[in-house]
Amino acid sequence: MNNQLWLVLGAGILLLLLVSALFGPLIAPHHPLRQNLSEDLIPYSSEHPLGTDKLGRDILSRILHGGRISLLVGVSTVTLSLAIGLIIGSLSGFLGGWTDQLLMRLVDVLLAFPGILLAIAFTAVLGPGLEHVVIALCLIGWTSYARLVRGEILALREREFVQAARALGCKPKRIIWRHLLPNLLPPLLIQSTFGLAAAIVAEGSLSFLGLGVEPPTPSWGSMLNDGRQFLLVAPHLTTYPGLAIMLTVLALNLVGDALQERLTARSR
Amino acid sequence: MKRYLIQRLLLLLPTLLGVLTLVFVLIHLIPGDPVEVMLGETASATDKQALRRDLGLDRPLFEQYRDFLTSLARGDLGRSLYEQARVTEIISARLPATLLLALCAMLAALVIAFSLAILAAVNRGGWLDHGALLFSLLGLSLPNFWLGPLLMIVFSIQLGWTPVSGRGGISHLILPALTLGLGMAAILTRILRASLLQVMNEDFVRTARAKGLTEKQVWLKHMLRNALMSVVTIMSLQFGALLAGSLITETIFSWPGIGRLTVQAIQTRDYPLVQGCVLVIAVSYVLVNFLTDMLYKLVDPRVSYE
Repeated sequence: MNNQLWLVLGAGILLLLLVSALFGPLIAPHHPLRQNLSEDLIPYSSEHPLGTDKLGRDILSRILHGGRISLLVGVSTVTLSLAIGLIIGSLSGFLGGWTDQLLMRLVDVLLAFPGILLAIAFTAVLGPGLEHVVIALCLIGWTSYARLVRGEILALREREFVQAARALGCKPKRIIWRHLLPNLLPPLLIQSTFGLAAAIVAEGSLSFLGLGVEPPTPSWGSMLNDGRQFLLVAPHLTTYPGLAIMLTVLALNLVGDALQERLTARSR
Repeated sequence: MKRYLIQRLLLLLPTLLGVLTLVFVLIHLIPGDPVEVMLGETASATDKQALRRDLGLDRPLFEQYRDFLTSLARGDLGRSLYEQARVTEIISARLPATLLLALCAMLAALVIAFSLAILAAVNRGGWLDHGALLFSLLGLSLPNFWLGPLLMIVFSIQLGWTPVSGRGGISHLILPALTLGLGMAAILTRILRASLLQVMNEDFVRTARAKGLTEKQVWLKHMLRNALMSVVTIMSLQFGALLAGSLITETIFSWPGIGRLTVQAIQTRDYPLVQGCVLVIAVSYVLVNFLTDMLYKLVDPRVSYE
């Protein structure tokens, strides 16, 4: 399958997920928290196309609402990490010297941790909750953007157009914003696509361990965790939220790969 | 080699110190009174005071940090709040299970990746190649907290081929090792396939064939050996993901390793034990990266720190 087709397929799935997340409350057939104990653990019915959970809550409605949480956490984490990484990477790459040394050693220390482990440790002490999840994921998330920005700036600042701007008396802030940033956008976009996929999986992992959003708010990870106790009698409880995470991550990976290939082809 | 080792050791020390500082800070990030969080609001004032003294929380921060580092140097990670044992003893009892699982996961990843990548490279553009790429894409998109239950449903519950959970013989290892190793297998397949395709067209491979070496010799001595460098890099980078992934995989399969211990410690708010587990996992990761760098130098003497 060619690059264009992967890109269209990935973007199509993403668009579908985005629309269902944005309009989830309108599309959802039931309220995600509405319980009906007389209809618990139904695998399929016309009223509940994806079945119900142990409390008789509609799985489809919970998946649609859970998608909002996953995307919210993913987008917030990427935006915040990108902003921090952009500032630190620009300072490091543009100023060089001891500022660069200091900031890059900090990045080294944070990268010495397996990312999700630090996130688990921090949410374990801060307690569950959406904002804690985002903070914990940003703690390491910004480092990859900072490294990327620094590397790109180091390469770009020797190029003629940057040297010309400097010779014309442009201030560092203007050089970064007007000349360097536009050139940084394509690699940052690709990194953000993979970052979004990683953040969604990380949120799922934290929720799966009971460290993500607090119940009864639905999230794909916590739905999987709830369903684990009913693997034998109701495997649909784990199948659908798992499928939702996999499709989202697959779509983001497809788009990221296709964009990366395009960028590499262009730079050749 | 000696100069390289010294340079790398000099970089290792600040990184290790940074990791230790972060782990030390953890317990101080608990909102409110950490002692109250650990013991609960109903605990008596005497118990709270005793725990505060035991953990050294009644002393200035700098003194606590100094004591933390000196205790660590003695191999002391404190006592668990509930298990009436030293954290180091509890962790040492669980570590072999995690190492065994990680080793089997790596082995599974290597076997899958080498088989698929070779088949894909030999049949470039064919359906086997597309199949390997699809496997790699799906493997990267399947989170282990879904893959684990999925494998359990199919192989343990429906087919009854493997035990559902726990530790015992080799059959207990299969599903956890596959769950933990699939992500690594997916990345390795992709990288190894790309490396093999690149090496295939190199002059030295053409020369090896021209001088009459058998196809087996060309593959083993020239192609796979040269593609090995990228495998070492990815395995080292993925080792961290493997350690972190053990938290989830061990929880799913009730595997009695350090990952499950960490999750149990988090659930019971046994923070000294959480601190100890995080420290051991993070330090292992740093050391594995250090050893990988040393391995690079051995595999390829051109590697330097410039």
